Order: sequence, then structure tokens, then C-alpha cells
Amino acid sequence: MGAAQHTAHAGHDGHGHGHDDHHGDVGPHSSFSGYMVGFVLAIILTAIPFWLVMAKVIADRNTAVLVLGAFAVVQILVHMVCFLHMNGKVEGGWTLLSTIFTVVFVAIAISGTLWVMFHMNANMMPGHPTPTPPTQTESGAAAGHHTP
Amino acid sequence: MSDITYNQAAAAITAGGPTGATLPRREYHLAHEPHPENGTALGFWLYLMSDCLIFAALFATYGVLGRSYAAGPTGAQLFDLTLVAINTAFLLLSSITFGFAMIKKQQNNVNGTLLWLAITGVFGLCFLGLELYEFHHLIHQGAGPQRSAFLSAFFTLVGTHGLHVTFGLIWLVVLMIQISKHGLIHENKRRLMCLSMFWHFLDVVWIGVFTFVYLMGVL
Repeated sequence: MGAAQHTAHAGHDGHGHGHDDHHGDVGPHSSFSGYMVGFVLAIILTAIPFWLVMAKVIADRNTAVLVLGAFAVVQILVHMVCFLHMNGKVEGGWTLLSTIFTVVFVAIAISGTLWVMFHMNANMMPGHPTPTPPTQTESGAAAGHHTP
Repeated sequence: MSDITYNQAAAAITAGGPTGATLPRREYHLAHEPHPENGTALGFWLYLMSDCLIFAALFATYGVLGRSYAAGPTGAQLFDLTLVAINTAFLLLSSITFGFAMIKKQQNNVNGTLLWLAITGVFGLCFLGLELYEFHHLIHQGAGPQRSAFLSAFFTLVGTHGLHVTFGLIWLVVLMIQISKHGLIHENKRRLMCLSMFWHFLDVVWIGVFTFVYLMGVL
């Protein structure tokens, strides 16, 4: 961000609009400490779920799914903030807004699909009680042929 | 607004001549069109969000079919969590080394940027190599994508992510050539910013993959 860089950049402004950067750099400012905080948190948030599963810490399956899901959500947030530099101010909030839209859309798409398909599956189970066994349907069909 | 058009139309009628001659030429194209700052960043972000929707569809497919084994092998029998943990570590390390490349870019250090990008590429290659080994191993065992709905969904989801990493690697190599030829010019910085978003995004998707596919598949 030195003065030399600014003068070098002034030459570029001659033909461009200079709207993309005002400090000689493109994109959000990244810092070493920001990346390291994200990295350490990501390691912790990755190691714990792997340990939980590999050491079989949680016996109950549903509890384990919830705990693993929670760790994934937290880690995704850490990556978004520390690595993708997300906050409410980038691009005047449009980045955040489009992300919120995507999250809502993804949540509806995934949970809706699972919900619908689970019920479809439950209603089409092979063990679902059928009103008449196959042999009786055959005789019923045969009886139906006699009536006309 | 409608007031103005009405007045102009009235003026054209009273003048009696052809509209083109009486109406003053109006300029709609400004010399400097208003651009949002960093429009590329927002546009690329929107692309990533749409990519997110592709992965959402694949995750939903896997969620529905993930237990349809067709009397074939289950995730608990197939997945080697140690391998997945190493793979996750490779991708996470490649994320942080890309971060270091971005810091070197900020300092306008061409060689430093290239070095960290190269290290990122090596980690990316390791990830891809291990994933291909896993796929080969599964197919060799007779657990290929055609074995069951579960495996079809698995190969599609994980394979799509792997394909993204492959294209990210190609992009990385191309960008490294660009930077070594032209230096850290404005355009290359912008490209670097987009690739960094792409790369970190793939890491975010991988969090979903290792949690919902591998870890929950083994439970």
C-alpha cells in the first residue's frame, strides 16, 4: 500500500475507470492472523467430528447426527467469515443477501426432498399390507370374467 | 416521468415536423457508466451460489438414496475414515496456503505468490490423487457407481466435487503462468481473488461431503 504503488496504479486509472480498487488491491483485505484463526478453528471443528465417529463416542445414532450436523454448520460459518471474508458490508450487503437466499433455498430443497421422498418410500414399502393376496386377486379376476 | 413524455409528444405535434427533427437528441450512454465497486466479486459470488444449488440437488439425491444399498455394500463397510481424514487435511492445508498466497499478493510479492500457489496446487493434487485412489479401490471391489443407488449417488456427489477441484487446479496452473508472464497486474489480482473464492468454496462443500456422506455414512 505504499506511495510507489499508488503512482503505479495511477497509470492504470488513465484507461480504466478505477472503480475496482482504490487502494491498489482487489478484493477484501486479508490478514495473516485472520487466516490463522480460521485455520486453527477449522482443524478443531474437523478433528472433533472425526474423533467422535472413529472412537464411537456417541452411541445413539440420532444424537450423533445432530452433533455432527452442528459441527458442520459452525465450520461452514468459520470458513465463510475467515476464508471467504464474508460480512454484511461487502458489496453493500448484496453478498450476504444472495447467501441468505441460497441458504433458504438449499434448506427448502434438501429438507423438502427428504420429507417428500421419505413419505413416498414409507407408503410404498414392500411390507405394506395389501388388501388381497395375489392368489385371491387371480380368482377374483376369474370370477369377474364370469359375470358378463 | 410520464409528464415529461407527454410534454415532448405535445411539442412534437405542435411543431408538425417529423419527430426525429424536432426532438433534441437524448444521450442515454454516459461516458462513465456507473459501476458497482468490485462488480466482478459480486458476479463471481453469484456464480458460486448457483453452484451451491447444484450441490444442494446432489446432496438431496444422496440423502434420499443414501440407504438404498440394493443388498450391496454399505457405507460403513466401504468408507475408510483414515483416508477421508487425510484427504480433508490436504484440502484444509491447501485452503490456508491459498490464504498465504493472497497475503503475498497483497504485498505485491510475485515469487511469494507463485510459491504459495504451487504449494496449494500440490495439496490439491494430493487430494485428487487420494480421491481417485479411493474411487479405483471401490470400483475394483465391485462397488462401482452401477452397483446400487447409494453408490450412484455417492459417485455423482463426490465426483462432481472432485471435478470442481480438477478445474480449479487447471485454473490455478493457468493463472500461475499468467502471473509469471505479466506479474501481479490488476487483472491478475482480480483473477486471483476469484480463484481464491472458488477454492475456499470447494472446501466449504467438502465440509458437507465429509460430514453427511462419510461420517454419517459410517454411523
